Amino acid sequence: MEMKRVMLTSGAEATIELRDGIILKSRAPKRYRLKEIDERLRRERTKIEAKLIAEARKSGVPTPIIYDVMNCEIQMEYIDGVQLKHVLDANLSERIGELVGLLHTAGIIHGDLTTSNMILAGERIYLIDFGLAYFDQSTEARGVDVHVLFQTFESTHGGHETLIKAFTRGYRKTFKDADDVLQRVKEIESRGRYRTERL
Amino acid sequence: MRRKSKCVLGIEGTAWNLSAAIVDQSRVIASAESSYHPVEGGLHPRAAAQHHATHMEQVIHDVLAKGKKNNAKISAVAFSIGPGFGPCLRTVATAARALSLSMNVPLIGVNHCIAHIEIGRWLCNVADPVILYVSGANSQVLSYRNGKYRIFGETLDIGIGNALDKFGRYAGLQHPGGPKIEEIARKAKCYMPLPYVVKGMDFSFSGLTTAAKDALAHAPLEDVCHSFQETAFAMLVEVTERALAHTGKKDILLAGGVGANSRLMEMLNTMCQDRSAKFFAPDKAYMKDNGAMIAYTGLLMLESGAVLSVEDSAVRPNYRPDEVEVTWR
Ligand SMILES: Nc1ncnc2c1ncn2[C@@H]1O[C@H](COP(=O)(O)OP(=O)(O)O)[C@@H](O)[C@H]1O
Ligand SMILES: [Mg+2]
Repeated sequence: MEMKRVMLTSGAEATIELRDGIILKSRAPKRYRLKEIDERLRRERTKIEAKLIAEARKSGVPTPIIYDVMNCEIQMEYIDGVQLKHVLDANLSERIGELVGLLHTAGIIHGDLTTSNMILAGERIYLIDFGLAYFDQSTEARGVDVHVLFQTFESTHGGHETLIKAFTRGYRKTFKDADDVLQRVKEIESRGRYRTERL
Repeated sequence: MRRKSKCVLGIEGTAWNLSAAIVDQSRVIASAESSYHPVEGGLHPRAAAQHHATHMEQVIHDVLAKGKKNNAKISAVAFSIGPGFGPCLRTVATAARALSLSMNVPLIGVNHCIAHIEIGRWLCNVADPVILYVSGANSQVLSYRNGKYRIFGETLDIGIGNALDKFGRYAGLQHPGGPKIEEIARKAKCYMPLPYVVKGMDFSFSGLTTAAKDALAHAPLEDVCHSFQETAFAMLVEVTERALAHTGKKDILLAGGVGANSRLMEMLNTMCQDRSAKFFAPDKAYMKDNGAMIAYTGLLMLESGAVLSVEDSAVRPNYRPDEVEVTWR
């Protein structure tokens, strides 16, 4: 029997294939960086991703089910949907806020919260791409996590103020320390604003 | 007969290099510069500003004389209004205001970072790239969308240039450290792991710099230089690749002084080859701070009407590229 293989995308760091209805995410070697760095990153991130995707689901955040993990490859459930970057609106942003609140409550930092790493499938929003995720309960780590997302809102989407406000509403609903983190996000931003003065 | 393009005089002096140039639509007509070299330690803003003040007259005189030989008639004076060191910016702004008044031509305040981007787009003839901007104070990944250059990722602490210089100073290398580190790294025998910090499309260099300094206690300088570069540049190339994937764009433009590093160029080039993207970098002379980039961006701004009155020409030491309304695209 011939297997159905479709190359879906070449993502930020991995190639994604759809094989017989299953997603195969492989972190292929990057020739541009030193072998020592490359192998360490690919192995570590694959391991971390498989582990944290499962942890995230336990915290109530929809993520793909992991079927198998090899050296630098993960087999996981195929989420049939559309990347949030193509459909984002305030309503969805509020729901992203709720999901990130759940993650942070569980002590998980996603590490790469962009709208490329979220899939809307039917009514659900899935978070994917946990290769940069880690456990951390600090306000700083959570603040950077949210800052990265806000930066994507601003760079990629129109009306980012509305999106940020909506996110904040959702985030407060599911995470009790939301206000501390949002305060820290402002601080992180202003560090950027005043960088040249601190040369 | 084809209408002759307007000429703009541009003055750059946000940090250690004072540089002026005259450009028109088709070429750089004239340029002159003078660099401040700190005696020891790092760059001192006041000393650099003093240098600029001392050499301003000569640099302007030279560039105007060369322009005159080429029959350039100046239609506007552009200057780098920020970001940069306050004292340096003010020295340059003062000179630019005086020139604009005495020549009776419009004054244009150019964002330094945007100028790095625009000269690259011009000289490399690339329409809509993802830009990796690497200078002393700043390191950013940007791309244009809807009237502005948007920041997709940037350093969470220090810029790559400062990171290299800080480490270089600690290792006893002469300022600027970047080029020396590049040279020494070529003799390395082995790599040692150093902190690799990427958060989405943001990144951080301060932990790496500290760890590299500490490593000098037990490892040869060559190996530390090599490991520092390989780690830092891998981070930069990775976030650039992330921005390519996220935006779906196909071209990369390298901008800013650290862009002159051949190892960084080689890595970006390899990354582009492997994902069928195109890599662009202007000549090194136009990656470091230069007057031509201010003049050329000034020309774009002049033609789109973005001129300043003297009252509105206060310098902006923290001017961010995503604050600039891009009126010319
Ligand atoms: N489980 C999945 N189901 C459906 N699409 C997926 C899945 N995993 C990844 N993708 C698609 O592939 C893209 C890249 O995957 P991602 O895990 O984000 O890799 P990278 O680290 O390279 O960004 C995603 O943006 C998404 O469009
Ligand atoms: Mg991704």
